[in-house]
Amino acid sequence: MSDVLILGEVKEGSLDLKTLELLGAGKKLAGELGGKFSLLLMGDSVSGAADEALPYGPAKVYKLEHALLQGFKADLWVTSLEQACQEINPKILLMSHSFIGMELGPRLACRLNSRLTTDCIDLSIDPEDGLLLRTKPVSGGNAISVFKCQGEPQLATVRGKVFTPVETSDGSGEIVDIKADIDESIIKVASLEVVKEDIVSLDKANVVVSGGAGLGEEDGFELLEELREALSKSFGNVMIGCSRVAVDKGWISSDHQVGLTGTMISPDIYVAVGISGAIQHLVGMVQAKKIIAINTDPGCNMFKVADYGVIEDYEEIIPALIEKLEELS
Amino acid sequence: MTEIRIIVCAKEIPDPEAPLSDVSVDAEKMEVIVDAPQIISPFDENALEVAVQLKEEVGGKISVLSLGKKVSDTVLRKTLAAGADELILLEDDNFDKLDSHSTAAALAGAIQKIGDYDLILTGRQAGDWDSGQVGLILGEILELPCISLAREITIEDGSVVVKKSIPIGYERVKAKMPALITVSNEVGELRYISRTKMLKMMRGARSIPSWSAEDLGVTEEALQKMGIAALSSPPDMGRDCQLIEGTPDEQAEKLAEVFKALR
Repeated sequence: MSDVLILGEVKEGSLDLKTLELLGAGKKLAGELGGKFSLLLMGDSVSGAADEALPYGPAKVYKLEHALLQGFKADLWVTSLEQACQEINPKILLMSHSFIGMELGPRLACRLNSRLTTDCIDLSIDPEDGLLLRTKPVSGGNAISVFKCQGEPQLATVRGKVFTPVETSDGSGEIVDIKADIDESIIKVASLEVVKEDIVSLDKANVVVSGGAGLGEEDGFELLEELREALSKSFGNVMIGCSRVAVDKGWISSDHQVGLTGTMISPDIYVAVGISGAIQHLVGMVQAKKIIAINTDPGCNMFKVADYGVIEDYEEIIPALIEKLEELS
Repeated sequence: MTEIRIIVCAKEIPDPEAPLSDVSVDAEKMEVIVDAPQIISPFDENALEVAVQLKEEVGGKISVLSLGKKVSDTVLRKTLAAGADELILLEDDNFDKLDSHSTAAALAGAIQKIGDYDLILTGRQAGDWDSGQVGLILGEILELPCISLAREITIEDGSVVVKKSIPIGYERVKAKMPALITVSNEVGELRYISRTKMLKMMRGARSIPSWSAEDLGVTEEALQKMGIAALSSPPDMGRDCQLIEGTPDEQAEKLAEVFKALR
């Protein structure tokens, strides 16, 4: 029995940052429950990460290793996780709102007949009944909702960069091996190939020049690319971003997408060109230190969150801006 | 190639992308109030688009299911104008604010009633509660292969091959049909529907079937609410926007100065 169980994720043999954040959240909840928090690691080889986790203070690090858990095959992982939950029997299970958590969470909830809340930004225990209070933005970010559901384990996936990573403390916990009874017959979805793409890491950008539907056509991004190059002479890590609509229209690949279902960023400068500012986009960039909006519609949302606004056609402004930037540099 | 039967689950929601000034939160009723027309949840439109493309490629039939306490067929008829063959509304007073599991259970009831299908497509998440669960739970209930975050779908003799987005790029996966697929926006936006076509569909005498919980064989006890304990407005994101005015040339110059100061 463990009060709060964290499903950790391992990257290149090490615990990823989100796992440390989850441990921070788990430690807090265990404190509120007056109980203990533990970590579950799954994969083909997670021993190194399990050792690494002990100093962070979990009561137990459950290590579920199986050769078939190499890579992420959801059918195998969800069955393994289901079995681990039956064995460990936690009151609360927290997962990262990552690619893995987004897939495992709902499927696990269904199998355990419990209720999951996804993409939580705050968690606490209701002192009345000991149930998990799950705070989550809804309607793209137009509102914040608190959910309370029955069922055990209480399930939540947690947004990154919300909880403070756990600090090291007295590491007197133990590593416990657990087994999964899985074989290839439970795989319903076969992996044919994994293709690595040249992905932009927008969260590493200092400046993001971003385009949306207001560009009117795919070629608009060529102009933004010229602006990106001009700004690169004065700023490090200038990258191209975009709104969801620009991806829907096939103008640019989705790794450039900023917002709720894209990347959430907080660069020094965000330049929004032809982006009206749907709420699901705003929540992904509103933490930028300075926001500059270029748009022809003075009433659009983007001007409400911007520090500087230019109400003008981007095709007029940007070439002139590039020229002026050259003069200044 | 044999024709395929596709079921698309599409949800009618208050437009989450309406201007901020048209959106408010009723904390007491625990509802987000949007003073704008209802829409089909954007990722569900993406799912419908890929369904129509598949139908064009290999032939087949598309049924759209939409579940709610009361569903507006004027909003949903757009799916017929876009190329769906059939629209079925799943309406019941007990369908209000259902949790993801109960929604999936009711949809599963409707899908079993339809009986014959090869693919079930849903959006990756709905734009009202952004939960992202119904599709995958539906796949689990029906014990189907589940594939999430599809960006491209092709049919290859009895199987479906999907490019799904993963953090480092994409994975090509294959599953036997029937299968459940959640669709991401990379598949592309729903095709343009001409006003004439839309009006024709709106005014059409065609009756749209509506199935209740009873029709689906779902008991009231199986339908649980999503358990909202509180609903509030988000923190104010507003800033004082300094408008840069003048001719485009003057604006560009002032903007360049802004960048210079931020260096």
